[in-house]
Order: sequence, then C-alpha cells, then structure tokens
Amino acid sequence: MAPILELRGITKQFPGVLANDHIDLTLNQGEVLALLGENGAGKTTLMNILYGLYKPDEGEIFVRGKKIDIHSPSDAIAQGIGMVHQHFMLVPVFTVTDNVMLGDEYVRGGGFLDRRRAAARIREISRQYNLQVDPDAYIKDLPVGLQQRVEIIKLLFREAEILILDEPTAVLTPQEVDELFGIMKSLVEHGKSIIFITHKLREVMDFSDRITVIRAGKVVGTTTPQEADQNKLAAMMVGRQIELQIEKKPAEPGEVVLQVRNLKVLDSRNLIAVNDVSFDVRAGEILGIAGVQGNGQTELVRAVTGLLHPISGEIRFLGKKVTHATPKEFFELGAAHIPEDRQKDGLVLTYPVKDNLVLNTYYHPPFARGVMLHQPSIYTNAEELVRKFDIRTPSVMTMLSSLSGGNQQKVIVAREFSRPIKLLVASQPTRGLDVGSIEYIHHRLVEKRDEGCAVLLVSTELDEIMELSDRIAVMYRGRIIVTVDAKEVTKEQIGLYMAGVVPA
Amino acid sequence: MKIEKAKAQTPQKPLAVFLDEITRSPMMVNILAIITGLFLGGVIAALTTENVYAALKSSLGESLKLALQAAWNTYKALFLGAFGDPQRIVSALQSGDLNAINRALSPFAESLVQATPYIFAGLAVALGFRVGLFNIGAEGQIFVGALAAVWAGVFIKGLPPIIHAPLALLIGGLGGAIWGLIPGWLKAKTGAHEVINTIMMNYIAFRLSEYLLTGVLRDPAKTTPISAPIERSAWIPRLFPDPNRFHAGFFIALFMALLVYILLFKTTWGFELRTVGANPSAARYAGMNIVRSMVITMALSGGLAGLAGANEVLGVNRNLGVAFSSGYGFDSIALALLGNSHPLGVVLASLLFGFLRNGAIQMQLTAGIPIDIISIIQAMILAFIAAPAIIRTIYRLKPPKEPEIRLQTSSAGGSS
Repeated sequence: MAPILELRGITKQFPGVLANDHIDLTLNQGEVLALLGENGAGKTTLMNILYGLYKPDEGEIFVRGKKIDIHSPSDAIAQGIGMVHQHFMLVPVFTVTDNVMLGDEYVRGGGFLDRRRAAARIREISRQYNLQVDPDAYIKDLPVGLQQRVEIIKLLFREAEILILDEPTAVLTPQEVDELFGIMKSLVEHGKSIIFITHKLREVMDFSDRITVIRAGKVVGTTTPQEADQNKLAAMMVGRQIELQIEKKPAEPGEVVLQVRNLKVLDSRNLIAVNDVSFDVRAGEILGIAGVQGNGQTELVRAVTGLLHPISGEIRFLGKKVTHATPKEFFELGAAHIPEDRQKDGLVLTYPVKDNLVLNTYYHPPFARGVMLHQPSIYTNAEELVRKFDIRTPSVMTMLSSLSGGNQQKVIVAREFSRPIKLLVASQPTRGLDVGSIEYIHHRLVEKRDEGCAVLLVSTELDEIMELSDRIAVMYRGRIIVTVDAKEVTKEQIGLYMAGVVPA
Repeated sequence: MKIEKAKAQTPQKPLAVFLDEITRSPMMVNILAIITGLFLGGVIAALTTENVYAALKSSLGESLKLALQAAWNTYKALFLGAFGDPQRIVSALQSGDLNAINRALSPFAESLVQATPYIFAGLAVALGFRVGLFNIGAEGQIFVGALAAVWAGVFIKGLPPIIHAPLALLIGGLGGAIWGLIPGWLKAKTGAHEVINTIMMNYIAFRLSEYLLTGVLRDPAKTTPISAPIERSAWIPRLFPDPNRFHAGFFIALFMALLVYILLFKTTWGFELRTVGANPSAARYAGMNIVRSMVITMALSGGLAGLAGANEVLGVNRNLGVAFSSGYGFDSIALALLGNSHPLGVVLASLLFGFLRNGAIQMQLTAGIPIDIISIIQAMILAFIAAPAIIRTIYRLKPPKEPEIRLQTSSAGGSS
C-alpha cells in the first residue's frame, strides 16, 4: 500500500538560507511520525510547504500515491491535510462552535448560521476521540490544553486525515501533555496519521512510531524509538555528541544571599499571584522553583528583580532590605536576571549585538565617559564576549533580530555573567532553545553556582529543575507548598506536588 | 546563525551583498517614494491641463505632447522658483555685481528660509518617534513658542542684540517646551495618551494665540489682530540685503540637528531614550526610568517645535499674526517619517520640502500653476512612505530584514 503522504526532494530557498534541501519524507497511514530538529533546522518551513503557505522551489508531494499540487491552505484541507500551529488561530471572544465553523460555516435556510447542527457535530467528534470539549464554551474561558483540542476539532470537522502538530507540547503542562498523547493515540487508532514536530527528545522517545531527524534543511536519518536512544537522537540533531546528563559537584551553600519573607504580590489584574511566600537562596546553591506555568512564578521573579513591587512582605539582598528597590538598584547590588520572555524584556531586537551587551551597564565606565558613550570600549567588550560565550553572529554590529533564539539567549547570558554577580535569577532560561544551547546554558548555570553565586532557577520544565537544582521549591496557586532536597525526591513526586497534591 | 549558514553555503560577492543591503534598506523606499511622488505629480499636472483634453479630439499624439509639456512646464517653474534661474545666476556672477548676485541667488536662499522651521519642527517629531512618543502637538508648540518669543521681543527693551535675540529665541523654546511637557507629564502621571492630549493642546494654543493677539500682544496701532513689531535688538539677523531673507536661523537649525544627533546617538541619555522607544519592557528591565525619559522627551520635543515658531517670528516675520504657521507642525510629522526619524534625514527632508514649498510659491506666481499641486505631491510621498509595501511592490524591492515599523508608540506611563 502506498504511504498516505510522501514528500520527494522538497527544496526551498530563502534569500541567503537554504531552508529545505531535497527533503524526502514518508508518512504511513495510522502512524505518528516525529519530525525532530533544532530550531531553524527547517521543520516549520517544510510543514508550511505541505500546508500550502509556501511554494517549494523543487520537489513533489504525493497523497496516497497520487501527485498533488498545494497552493493554499484550502488546497491542503481539500487533500485532507490539517495543521495545528504553535500559536493558536482562535478568536477568544467566540464560542468553540463559532471558532470551529469559521471558514466552513453550516448554514440553514435564509443564510442563518446553523449553530445547532455544528455543535452536534462537534459533540460527536469530541465523544469519538474523548476530547471533552463543550461546544458552547467561550475560547477565552478555556485552558490552553483545551484550546489546543479545539484546534484539533477544527481539523477533524474538516475531515482531515493527516494532522500536523507544530510543537504541540510547548505550551502545555505535564498533565496536559499526557492528555494530548492520549488524544493522539485515539486519533491514530481511528486511522488518522500524525506528523508531530518537536525538538524535545523525551516526547519523541515516548510517543512516536518513527522519527525523522532533520538538520540544517536536510534529512539526516529516519529511525524508530526502539532503535534509537536520547543521546543518539541528540547527536543526530546537533551533529555532535551532547552531554544530556550534567556532571555536578555537591553544593557548598554559603551565606544567605536572597531572603524572601511572607511575600505577597499582585498580578496585572490586581489578583493575588504570590501569596505569603518565604524562602532563602544561599551562595553556591541552585534553588529551583518548580510549578506549572501561571502559578505565580512570573510575579515572584518580577518582585525579586525590582520589576514589580510587592504589597507586603520583605525581600533582603545580602541583609539589605530591597523590598521596594528598582531594577537598577538590584543590578548595582550584584543581581543578574535572565528574564522569562527574553525578546520582550531582556533584549532590544532592533539594536546590534554590541548595544545589547551593555544594555544595563552602558552608563558605567569604560562604556561611558561622563555622559558620552565610549564606542570603542562597547565594541571591544562585544568582540570579547562574542568570543568567550561563543555567540554565533556575523559581527557585533548585526541586529539581534537576525540571531537564532539560542544565540539571543547567549547574548543575555554573556551580558549578565560578565558582571561580578552574587545572585542570578534565571527564569525559563532554556525555553524554546535547541539541545545544543540548552546544554550550554545548563553548564553555565552550574558553573556560576560553583563560583559561589546564589542561583534562583524558575522553570516549568521538570527535567531541567531535577537536573540542575540543589533544592526544589514547588509553587502552586501562588504559594510554595513544599521545599525539598533535590537528591531526596523523584520526578513523579515533584509532578504530584506541581498538581497541588500537598505532602502529608 | 542563519546568516552565517548563508555565508557558508553561498559565498556572495561584496557588491551583491552591498546591493542586497541597499535594496532592503528603508532609505531606498523613501528615495523611491519621493521619485514616484514627483512623477505622479507631473501626471496630475498633465491631467489637469485643459488643452490636453482639447487636443485629444484631434490627435492622441498631440495630446500626449501637450501633456508632457504641461508636466515639464510645471517642474521647470518649480525648479526655477526653488533654485533660481541658472542663466541669471551665471550672468550675475560674470558681471560681478553683488546686488545682482544677491537677487539671482535669492530664490535658493528663500528655499532655505522655508526649510528652516521644517528642520526645527521635524526634529521635534523625530525625537518623539525615537522614544516611542507621537507628538502631534508640534503645531501648537510652534504657536506657543512664537507667542513667547514675540512677548520677549516686544516687551523686553533696551538689551543689546547679542543678548536680546538669543534670549527671545530661548524664551520661545521654553514656551514650546512647557506646551510639550504638559502632555508628557499627564502621560507619566495618569497614562493619558499623548496623541490625544497633544491634539487638544493644539486647540488650546490656537485659541490662546487669538486671545493674546486680540489682547495684550495686539498692536494698538493696527486694526487687525497682529502683534506690535519685535524690537530690532531681538531680530535674528538677516545675512544679505533685501529681498534676500536668508537669516542665521538656518544655521541654528543645523546646529540643533547636530545636537539632537549627539544626544540620541552619542550620549548615555540618548541610549536610554532610544531604548525606551525601541522596547520599553527591556528598558525597564535594564533599570531605565521610562516615565522620566518620556517627560523629558516631550519637553525637548516641544522645545524644538517652540524654536521653529520663535525662529519664524524673530527671523522672518518680525511680528506675529493670527494663523501664521500654516501647518509646519503637521508637515513635520511627514518630515520625521521621510527622514526615518534621524536628524540628518530630517534635515534632508526639510530641504526637500523647503524647495518644494518655495518653488511652488514662485511657480504659482510665474507660471500660474496652482500651489496645491505641491500638497498633492507631498501627500503622495507620505502615503508611499507610510505604506512601504506599495513602493516595494512597484520596484520589486526585497523585503527588509527588520519588520517595518515606522510608527510605534508606547502606552507606558500612569501607574508605573
């Protein structure tokens, strides 16, 4: 039997970049094919070609052995190909039914929308695949995991046979990831075929039938979870051996650097986001804050970096009260901050690399002489940091927006680590990064710890927390519900705490 | 990383790289926008010429010829008006008669006179853009600057020119600065958007000028609401005999452009201001004071616009009448966009507008072509710049590497 989908020699050239270089890909009916590759490897370009958003320069697409041309997403849908984008395409103020119908409306006599019939269809799909989506709910009221299911329903509503899921787990909590895998299982059981784009090795190993790895626009190989292991896949992805497990010495905690007591912080809607939180971070240790996204970590980090002032409680930095200090005062005292949203908070994308490397030190000598910027020093500093931190950029004058995510993050790390610092607050330091960059950042964090820096690591990636932390505090609904020694706890236990199960 | 890969895979010649950069750069769009605007201006000049239609009845070729002639005449008159008559300049230079040279060069000098307020006001708006603020209030700030300068020029008496003129200019700048500071301060304290408040401040400034010109500033000797003449000691000196109105204000404007350039690109303050404009979140993260930056910028921006008004009354008019500005403040928004919010760009754009405006006045006088054609050309240039996709499509330019955001204003302020 012919494979349900076959790509032959797909090539796509962007100005200066060969995004896809003669890619061959086969998807069999009823299987989950993982498309694994680093950011920028060309996964998304390939899928956009398949979905009709880009036109390939060369190559052919076959569906069930028949050559087809795809010029637009509607062509793709007509061929039974549907895609769930990483960023959902939903209208938040519309109901599930309205969103699903959008572009393919059910109409009854007189040109009125037939919501009832559409809703019945959605209920039917939801029941068949155990999606548990209420057609009358408004999108804005649904958690991210359910919104994703609405996207999947949109495809099933249009009778898609081939589903492309672009980084579907990036926005999900660990529980939601498990649920998504359950749904994918039921989809393939019903004969659907799935292409699952990711750069997370564990997910690939846990949940795919075959794995195609692409690197720099080329297919480097196709394997199965039975034949491969995480180290082998990482090596295929990156093109060199990767240390997934980090070697680290036992921590030698020193004096308390950051002391937080009974902290209460409001979020942007004036609701209590951080509720009565207390903890210490000592010199030479990594305190990991685990928790599902949205349990107050963002506000906690903003409070201990001066970006948000708490309504009550106290923050001390090396004994000095800094509860209402400004970000500048935190920096001056020796705090560094790797922000959660690097492009929004940590960088100016329209500035060259050299300016981003002095974003919070520009007013200090040697970068400033009086009120005048001293460009030669700024330039030399950038040249030096680019070399030392292995930032891959054509030059220090290159705009930050043209760097890859990993190299953008390296710019932040280089800037923050090149100052003498006593406290490092790292929030989601590897979110969205490729394996090579993750390995790099992890090593640097442990290195800082070993130098005697106090490190507060906030991450929703359980693996990352387990890997790096000396102690782990779990946040749930604004509170720290437990703090444990990292050596004395299993991943499953932390997973339960993250779900709000309080230890007896 | 992507770029590095590209280099490794397809080694490009330096020239190709250079051409690639040029065709992507926003400056290219601006230059092509000007050319396209001028071209379409000629088309409109031809289309509005009646004998073109009359000739259409007999022969298409004749009609086309007349159309080309109409466009040619328009631009010839515009050119002569803006730069002067080359033959006349050459013969004046040959004769060596200083008076004749002065007269021959006076159209060119008049263009620079027209460009001067544009430079000040264009810098005002450009500075705001750089910091993410949209100062639509330049027009009102020009009025207040002019009012303050006239007050200083009429009522302060007995000072030597070396003190009086700079003082009057400074007071004019301060007047504009206060007018810019108010919306800046309101934004910082309450989050009120400067676009709304600067527009409102414009109306207050217009009515304030009418009130003062019919009241305390009014020249009792005149029947129309016009101020008393400014003391001779407060005049910005004209550098040539009449009818050449070229005055020292042009050099003050160039000097301000240099100062704004140094402030923005060479000082730590400018780094802070630009960062606030480029990414307020990152500025806050980096410990910069966004609110202070915005208030200071609005005051500086207002001050520059105020100087435009002061410059006009002290250097050109020597008194102040109602509605004297005729839209410099609004044109300045176009100038800032045309000049990519860069001081040098603003100066070049101002020169262009100065030449167009002066040329158009002469064109109307000598060739009888309505001055409004210039408004149409300016509007088209601006439309092309505001919608760069049009120009990129017409000339098949490559897309820019940076997202094209010409206007980005921030909503920071208020509670922060």
